[in-house]
Amino acid sequence: MSQVFHPSTNTLSKVTIFGGVFFLGAVAWAANEIFRAPWITEVNVAREQPVPFSHKHHVQGLGIDCRFCHTGVEDSSFAGIPATKTCMGCHSQVWKDAPVLEPVRESWRTDRSIEWTRVHDLADFVYFDHSIHVSKGVGCESCHGRVDEMPLTWREHSLNMEWCLACHRDPAAQLRPRDEVFTMGWDPEKQASPVSQRELGEELAREYHVKKLTNCSTCHR
Amino acid sequence: MSDAETTSASGRELWKSLAQRENPDPFEEFVRREYPSQIHKFMDPPERREFLKLMGASLALAGVSASCTRQPKETILPYAKSPESTIPGKPLYFATSMPWSRGAIGILVESHEGRPTKIEGNPDHPASLGATDAITQAAILGLYDPDRSKAIKYRGAIRTWDDFLTTLKQAMTAQAAKQGAGLRILTDTVTSRTLLLQLRDLLGEYPAAKWHQWDPVNRDSARDAFQDRAACQYHFDKADLVISLGADFLGEGPESTRATRDFVRKRKAGAASSPSNRLYVVEVEPTRTGAMADHRMPLKPSQFEAFADALLGYDHSLPSELEPWIATIRKELAAHPGRAIVIPGECQSSFVHYAADRLNRYFDNMGKTVELVEAVEWESVDESGSLADLVADLNKGAVDLLVILGTNPVLTAPADLDFARALDRKEGAPLRVHLSLHEDETSDLCDWHVNEAHFLEAWSDARAADGTSGIVQPLIAPLYGGKSSHEIVAAVQNKAGVSGHDLVRETWQHRHAGPDFEAWWRRSLHDGVIPHTASVTRSAPSAGPLLPDIGPSDQLELVFRPDPTIWDGRFANNGWLQELPKPITKLTWDNTAQVSPATAARLGVENEDVVELELDGRKVRAPIWIVPGQADETVVVHLGYGRTKAGRVGNGAGFNAYALRTTKAMWSASGLKVTKTGDKQKLSCTQEHDNMEGREPVRVATIDRFRKEPGLFRAHEGHEKEGGASLHAPHAKGDYSWGMVIDLNACTACGACVAACQAENNSPIVGREEVRRGREMHWIRVDRYFEGEPSHPEVHHQPVPCMHCENAPCELVCPVGATTHSDEGLNEMAYNRCVGTRYCSNNCPYKVRRFNFFLFQDFETEVTKLQRNPDVSVRSRGVMEKCTYCVQRIQETRIHAEKEGRKIADGEMRTACQQVCPAEAIVFGDIADPKSAVAKQKSDPRNYGLLEELNTRPRTTYLAKLKNPNPELLDGTGEHEGKSR
Repeated sequence: MSQVFHPSTNTLSKVTIFGGVFFLGAVAWAANEIFRAPWITEVNVAREQPVPFSHKHHVQGLGIDCRFCHTGVEDSSFAGIPATKTCMGCHSQVWKDAPVLEPVRESWRTDRSIEWTRVHDLADFVYFDHSIHVSKGVGCESCHGRVDEMPLTWREHSLNMEWCLACHRDPAAQLRPRDEVFTMGWDPEKQASPVSQRELGEELAREYHVKKLTNCSTCHR
Repeated sequence: MSDAETTSASGRELWKSLAQRENPDPFEEFVRREYPSQIHKFMDPPERREFLKLMGASLALAGVSASCTRQPKETILPYAKSPESTIPGKPLYFATSMPWSRGAIGILVESHEGRPTKIEGNPDHPASLGATDAITQAAILGLYDPDRSKAIKYRGAIRTWDDFLTTLKQAMTAQAAKQGAGLRILTDTVTSRTLLLQLRDLLGEYPAAKWHQWDPVNRDSARDAFQDRAACQYHFDKADLVISLGADFLGEGPESTRATRDFVRKRKAGAASSPSNRLYVVEVEPTRTGAMADHRMPLKPSQFEAFADALLGYDHSLPSELEPWIATIRKELAAHPGRAIVIPGECQSSFVHYAADRLNRYFDNMGKTVELVEAVEWESVDESGSLADLVADLNKGAVDLLVILGTNPVLTAPADLDFARALDRKEGAPLRVHLSLHEDETSDLCDWHVNEAHFLEAWSDARAADGTSGIVQPLIAPLYGGKSSHEIVAAVQNKAGVSGHDLVRETWQHRHAGPDFEAWWRRSLHDGVIPHTASVTRSAPSAGPLLPDIGPSDQLELVFRPDPTIWDGRFANNGWLQELPKPITKLTWDNTAQVSPATAARLGVENEDVVELELDGRKVRAPIWIVPGQADETVVVHLGYGRTKAGRVGNGAGFNAYALRTTKAMWSASGLKVTKTGDKQKLSCTQEHDNMEGREPVRVATIDRFRKEPGLFRAHEGHEKEGGASLHAPHAKGDYSWGMVIDLNACTACGACVAACQAENNSPIVGREEVRRGREMHWIRVDRYFEGEPSHPEVHHQPVPCMHCENAPCELVCPVGATTHSDEGLNEMAYNRCVGTRYCSNNCPYKVRRFNFFLFQDFETEVTKLQRNPDVSVRSRGVMEKCTYCVQRIQETRIHAEKEGRKIADGEMRTACQQVCPAEAIVFGDIADPKSAVAKQKSDPRNYGLLEELNTRPRTTYLAKLKNPNPELLDGTGEHEGKSR
């Protein structure tokens, strides 16, 4: 009796089965890459804004402190976007006729908000609080990157849950003294008395009573 | 279900409903299906969003492939000019008052970037002391009611304010010539000083004009019992003995909040060491006050006068079981001179008020536990008489201009006055102006309708029951440009340009003249209380002597009561209040004709049978509900339902009991005829499900017995102590161990916790049909148990939130790890992980988990979104949810404390239910700190866990209820309390 299947079917089936495993693996790998890619996370993608505001110019060039504009950062969950009045404090005198600042002046005239595009946008079921991070010695830079070097603002980190948890599981890796929280480019090893981040972080964690907070309700309510 | 199951370990018979007690089989089947019934049809009228939901669902599915994880672009809109003292992300609190005709309640309103979201009690306000009732909690939803009237209208067509002013000016010019002889103003009972002064000013200008007051729940009969505008104020904190003659002082009206605090404080002291207070209640239907009573007796309305007269020492033929009561109460009153209160119900006749006053004077309570003070209303009038005069004038054609401020007489006026006919648009009818929050039944018959500003949108002032005034300050500019009563009266006086703010300020500038007025005004606004405005004691003579009117008491009697949740109907369109179960019947969304079991048997009716109630030729169809403990041969109906123009929530709910109410019989009437129609009406009751199967969930004993056997409530304790044997791995320990204790001795079942939880945690309403399937979304429920004979049971209440078990059964069965245990003992829900298997709910012995079977949340109506608490996720369809111990508040308090480098202090963190509780029945805190209030309560011998034999080790535990009955009455007849003890 002749065989129903040609002997080559053996090979074909082996290739199909093992190939299937590799295919699924490839799909998983691709998905993993895509979910972490800037297309999804928007890391390093500068967002278009109504006014091309440059942190680089204002922070590095003019030396303005973060808190001059982001006034809520030490008190509130929300760091705060400056009111038009804050902008006009200077720009009613400086560059007062610059066409690029017209949206600011318009907002001032009409008492309507400037519609900024969110750069750091957490999901709505995540409750993040700026004030506690600042008071526990987490620098602005740790999450927002070198804002003083950004001509337009982009997201430095993915803000994925795994990224949050990395620090919540091991806060010592990011802590810095409270008076250096707003300093850009601060490095414990480049100080007058250099110290490793690990050593400093662990000491600060004790001093500031920083704990590993990994309960779901820490962020999800 | 066998007897063994319904009878608990100590031999007490506990039951939840008559259906279960008498016919356990279908009931058991109902209980076995945890979420009874399937998806027959989607929705009933309140869930009107169905079409949009389906559309939304298909759109969402279409969009899945394209944008499953990419975030949409979001914008941030900062202020152009930042308002003073606003930090975005941090709420502000403003003091104001919620006006109510029987006395305002002082509140603090939480405001997120100018958007009021939550009402709390004002600790400095004498009517609140930091707590509120359920209705006040729900008032925030009233502000965002999408059915509120949004425009000024002339006979249905939208007009401007200027159009209205022009018409008004013409009408007033005509009136000026005849001294206002054709001008009539109709208001609610006025407790605003500013409105009073405005109206007096107006009447001074137009001496022939008339001002009428009408409130369907008024105090006409109490008013008649005293001369000189006096009213009684009761000090329950000083009373060892309280005799209630039909008074639901712990449940009814805004003054119940303060009364509950005072009464329960005294009762709690009794549970500790000092003598407890003792409460005797005679009443028609079981109320929250009756459930707290040590001795309770159902009584027909027609017997109250005889009972009161018998207490005064006169002979009357009363039911035999009442005979020992008269002697005992008189003996008790004599034994507690100056430490007792006899309190008559507002619905009782003038004679009962008079008799109570006589008793209080005779037994020396006057001036000690009972004080005579100035009544809360500024102008006392006989309100039904006042309304009758107005109707007479209308029918005579003597009225040219009628201005109705706020009140809704077409719905609420006594049926014999036929207000609707008097107001009708007929030949020679006056110009009718109506100011109201909704385009209601009255607006419909008026020429001009002006949309009213909500009390959170307008300036005013209001008086609490004790006389203390508070400024009503707006939290938000009127959403729809509404006007307040003050502005309308100013417009009538041709002063339309004057703002409400200026009017109120001017009133108080007169009262507090001086150079420091600005500072004084700001302080009064900040505190929410105007200093030195409380009523002073006065020595008004009683109106008497009155004589009792003892009629025959063998007829079927009809009793009218304000509804426990929607009051006189003004809150009918408030979904939170419609879905808040009534304290005793646990019904939602409807009113019923309540009858006692014996009367139901005589009439041959069952629950949900529709009957026709006929009184003096007026007829109404109503469904029957059998209420154990109600007086036989009475039918109790609640006012406020049966509305046709309330809005999407209130329309069509229940029947209109006002249709039977007449000026002759405002609160009760005899000669009622009940006819069966053969129809059935399905009612939505939360009583039958979530049953606890006779396991003695509520533990009760008398104080005497508890003192003799302090270990009595711990009889069930076995391995379930902390550190005992368990198969579960121990949990890691965090900085705090959160726990809660609920004192059943204090809880009056007011429902404020349920409403507060709903406001704080963005819980949706589900509608009548879904409640019937047991799908209500309240995170805390108040269970009600009956004990003893159906004719005369004791009533017990038990608030049940999530127990936050240390060995939580729900956590073990979640396949996706959506519910987990925190190191501080919270049983947490991560909504975004939940896939909706409902295994957790299946495995929860307390049945406190709630599942979003549909998209119960309203994502379409823009205005209701403004109410939501921004600190709590708004849950969507297919997600399980439950009490979180207000974890958002824990985190906020923790952040606040950590920033100051300290631990959270005891009492600093309060859950929403705890904060609102007038009885202070709920205590929350760190049970690991032995000095905390909650740890102290956990070590109380009365502390026990619900179903603790299951070794779930609940973090929420209860303090057993203690009763303080009079041993003399226990041996007597007619009382069953001694049965099992």
